[in-house]
Amino acid sequence: MTKVLDPTNENRPAEIPSADRPESLDGLTVGLLDISKPRGDRFLDRIEERLIERGLRVERFRKPTFTKPAPVDLRHEIATKCDVVIEALAD
Amino acid sequence: MVAPEAKRSLSELLLNSDYLSVMTVDMTEVLPDGLVAIVKSDCPTCELIVPVLVQLENAADLTVVTQDCDTFPEEISDRHFDEDLAMSWHHEIETVPTLISVSGGKETDRTVGWSRSNWEKLSGVSGLGINLPEQRPGCGSLSVDPSQSEVLAVRFGDSSFASRRIEFAALEDSHEALFDRGWTDGLPVVPPTEDRVLKMLAGTSRSHDEVVAVVPPDLAPCTVEKIAINAVMAGCRPEYLPIVIAAVEAVCTEQFNMHGLLATTMPHAPVLIINGPIANQIGMNSGNNALGQGNRANSTIGRAIQLIIRNVGGGRPGEVDRSTFGSPAKVGFCFAEREHDSPWPPMSTTYGFESGTNTLLAFAGEAPRNLIDQLSRDPESLARTFAANLISIQHPKLVLGFDAVLAIAPDHSRVFAEAGWSRERLVERVLDLTTRSGIDLVRGAGGISEGVPESMKDAELPKFRPNGLHIVHCGGAAGLFSAIIGGWVNGETGSDPVCVPITP
Repeated sequence: MTKVLDPTNENRPAEIPSADRPESLDGLTVGLLDISKPRGDRFLDRIEERLIERGLRVERFRKPTFTKPAPVDLRHEIATKCDVVIEALAD
Repeated sequence: MVAPEAKRSLSELLLNSDYLSVMTVDMTEVLPDGLVAIVKSDCPTCELIVPVLVQLENAADLTVVTQDCDTFPEEISDRHFDEDLAMSWHHEIETVPTLISVSGGKETDRTVGWSRSNWEKLSGVSGLGINLPEQRPGCGSLSVDPSQSEVLAVRFGDSSFASRRIEFAALEDSHEALFDRGWTDGLPVVPPTEDRVLKMLAGTSRSHDEVVAVVPPDLAPCTVEKIAINAVMAGCRPEYLPIVIAAVEAVCTEQFNMHGLLATTMPHAPVLIINGPIANQIGMNSGNNALGQGNRANSTIGRAIQLIIRNVGGGRPGEVDRSTFGSPAKVGFCFAEREHDSPWPPMSTTYGFESGTNTLLAFAGEAPRNLIDQLSRDPESLARTFAANLISIQHPKLVLGFDAVLAIAPDHSRVFAEAGWSRERLVERVLDLTTRSGIDLVRGAGGISEGVPESMKDAELPKFRPNGLHIVHCGGAAGLFSAIIGGWVNGETGSDPVCVPITP
């Protein structure tokens, strides 16, 4: 594994850290984000069934198109309504 | 009740564990009391003194530390394999064999190589190696081997790099990763690992945390360390580093105006011209193809300054760099003056430096253009050829705004040398020959809209300002050519050349 010294002025972050992962899903709201690839919804429907069986709250979201990043408003809505999010594609 | 066999195996276990505890004792800080001998199997003197080690093991409390294998010397039971060279590095072992006496965890004495009298004195054991020669020099310790010393300094030293460490993922190709992070000029770079940067820093006596300059366009403070990192990436050798540092000092001045030079739509770049003995010492090219490819020092020093502007300064094409065309000079442009057979004193003397001083001149220039004159054998004729070519820089009808470097090759400089023309005389004559009447240069004259304002029609207009023509001797010994490096906008609104000393 190569380790190098940063040649830049270090004004940009080297990496964006992931959010902390919860130890358990109990009591959390799970967002399911469909990126609009065909049949992704069928996969997420099944995930939703399984999560509801476990007594979790589920919110569904959908990107307008898979070719572009999710719009800021959609990301904000997910972040506001959900504790965790599952983004899925199926093809 | 413990069975006798179990007892035996238990005692063996205890013995073994004692033995193991000696084998694995951490000697990086404190050495075991008694005598410690550091050897390597790949050393004839160490081979020679194995009988002495056996004598000492019997007569005294001896620990043998072997640098290169765990089986040497077979005759010694209390062996320690210094596999990672931690012990050797921490105790600054430079030669094998080294014999150290230790008391209370502290070194009290050491001797290097084999010398019977020294070993007897240090160990207090007499009659050592009576069949051996009186003395033999040792070999170099593995911990100071040139291939190892920086690696070990990084591993064990109080590594004080201020720069962020960035680790590539196991599946990332490090060369691709360097491109992906936007740190290259489009060509591959050498990954700036800590040991390479440490080696690079050995090329200067300056402290790695010294801020050399504030680099535009981000106005980021640039330390010697950041320069070294980018110099590694550019492919420089450590001995080039003082020149790269000098280049950073020169271009990051108000006078040179690196920010403007970067941001301009014009194609110009820092052109670095080196004078003084350092050029030959590090193998720079001032001869054949001096302005081209193929010489490591020329190519990588010029490239290093560009990488520093990009990475430390944050100046990238398409962002702050708005050059319409760019130029091969923007990859890196650095060469040395051909001093040894120049008819003139070094170019640096025109900036007040003594001949023989190591200097760097930064000039805001474009890629070179060749100039042919194969027939002139007198200086006046050749000066006229220079003038005829020089007036076309940027536009024949634009004057005073642009300097130029005129690189004169030996076949051309000889004409002036034989006629006894000094550099000053040649410059003066060319300035005179490139002075023209305003009426020919005003807007519309010659059917060309571009030109000087109508108000200047009655003036005599020189192409160059008084100090605007810089003559440098370089190029291969064959070829009746010279080369022109046209300048960017000069003076207050543009750039003035900056000449700085190169210091170790």
